[in-house]
Amino acid sequence: MRAVRRHGALLRLTVDGNTVEAVEGDSLLAVLLLNGKAVRHLEFGGAPRAGFCLMGACQDCWVLLGNGERVRACTTLAANGMVIWTDRHEAKANA
Amino acid sequence: MRNVVIVGGGPAGIRAASVLVEAGLKPILVNETRQVGGQGYRAPAKSLALDIKSLMGSEAGKYQRLHSLFAALQDRIDYRPGTLVWGIHEKVLHTLSDGIAGTIPYDALILATGATDRTMPLPGWTLPGVFTLGGAQVILKDQGCLIGNRIVFLGSSPLLFLAALQYHKSGASIAAVVDTTPLSAKRAALRDLAASPRTLARGLMYRAALHMAGIPIIDGATPRGIHGEDHVEGVRVTDGRGRERLIPCDAVAYGYGLKPETQLAELAGARFRFDDIFRLWLPEVDTDGRAGAELYLAGDGAAIGGADAAEASGALAAHALLEDMGRPQPQPELARLRQEVERLRKFQRGLAKAFAWPVAQAAALSDETIACRCEAVTVGEIRAAIRAPLGPREVNRVKAITRCGMGRCQGRFCGPALQEIVSGTCNVPIEEVGRLRMQAPVKPIPLHAAAEMEP
Repeated sequence: MRAVRRHGALLRLTVDGNTVEAVEGDSLLAVLLLNGKAVRHLEFGGAPRAGFCLMGACQDCWVLLGNGERVRACTTLAANGMVIWTDRHEAKANA
Repeated sequence: MRNVVIVGGGPAGIRAASVLVEAGLKPILVNETRQVGGQGYRAPAKSLALDIKSLMGSEAGKYQRLHSLFAALQDRIDYRPGTLVWGIHEKVLHTLSDGIAGTIPYDALILATGATDRTMPLPGWTLPGVFTLGGAQVILKDQGCLIGNRIVFLGSSPLLFLAALQYHKSGASIAAVVDTTPLSAKRAALRDLAASPRTLARGLMYRAALHMAGIPIIDGATPRGIHGEDHVEGVRVTDGRGRERLIPCDAVAYGYGLKPETQLAELAGARFRFDDIFRLWLPEVDTDGRAGAELYLAGDGAAIGGADAAEASGALAAHALLEDMGRPQPQPELARLRQEVERLRKFQRGLAKAFAWPVAQAAALSDETIACRCEAVTVGEIRAAIRAPLGPREVNRVKAITRCGMGRCQGRFCGPALQEIVSGTCNVPIEEVGRLRMQAPVKPIPLHAAAEMEP
């Protein structure tokens, strides 16, 4: 949850096919955690994960973008129009 | 002229840059994050309505001074924010910035790479909603966000009470602070802690403030596991009196102190020694931070010492570098800095004894517990590999066979536990099971970036 307000341009992103709102300056991880429980599913067994270290070290928050690129959610800023998939099978099915 | 490069924009890196600029140099300062200050003194974005002064508490003045120092330096250095150094080879740094690969050759290098949380596997620790203790603080400062609505602070660390208090001030509901430190360990370490009475008093103040706020504090607890289906629902602990307790919550901040980020130091040629108080392999440095030819280490990346020690050791490393260039340095200032670094690092060694890494917890881990978050390797798989006929007894061999430590984090978060598991299963002293070797890239990079690397 947000502890304080963020002032800035309103952004619209698509997470797993749903539109979510964010504010300029939000990290992708913040957007995902504010709008859901998991940010990815483990390649081994599919268990849900939602990041861990929050500072770019553990690599447990990588997500798939609509263009097939993979980014680390905690160190990537949200941008207007971004398409994010938390499940690579869903991403493939919708490619 | 000589290319002097500093990696890391925290207190150590900034102070090193400042000393070099005063000597007339224009160092390159490479910073992985977008904002300076490192993790502890991270400046929030201006768009956040965050009261950083209140969050920093007694350290607000130092925080402000460091950021003012950087503001005055910025135009006099070659500052490169948002730049990851992922490899070092023959005095060339390999970098990645906005997806573009680059190289920076250097004549002298100061590494001020900071630290990350040290964590111990626990049943359920991979559930969404479990985050590192340091991470909980970073997302608050960096994003103005809390890790959950009702939070348990769990582990053994001087940061445990500070982080809980920061969350309390920020409006979080705190289910409990569960301190797993045995009280006997705290008492035994009191003598070392007296080396920095101000820091000690601060720690007691945080605790008193939480107590006054009516937040339950559970001392001397043993964590049993984190519960939940697809997200955290509660933490199960045995308290100091042996009672089982289930604490409902939707997030957990978890940690056992800090661990230096030494991957780049290793690639740059630093040698390592086993430290039996931290129970970690730490880079070998002299009193001023020299770790090899034209290589200097400063801040928590060299030895955990906290922000004040980081500043002093950053300045010290820069003086050492200048001295090695043949420039006489002010000896009284160097003596003062050495004394300060030594005192603060001694205090941290006291803290490391008090907030001890839970060796017994590693031995007691159930076979089903995931040890390696990246590759989902269980403790049982590691034990079975070691116990197999001709099974490995050295951590790099265990990694090769089980994949524990082979994932994207390169063993940052399972490495210390892996050492304990191998040592415990083989019944040999921990320093004899070896040290996980690091390799470039120290963080994942796109293949094309590596392909652009010159042969």
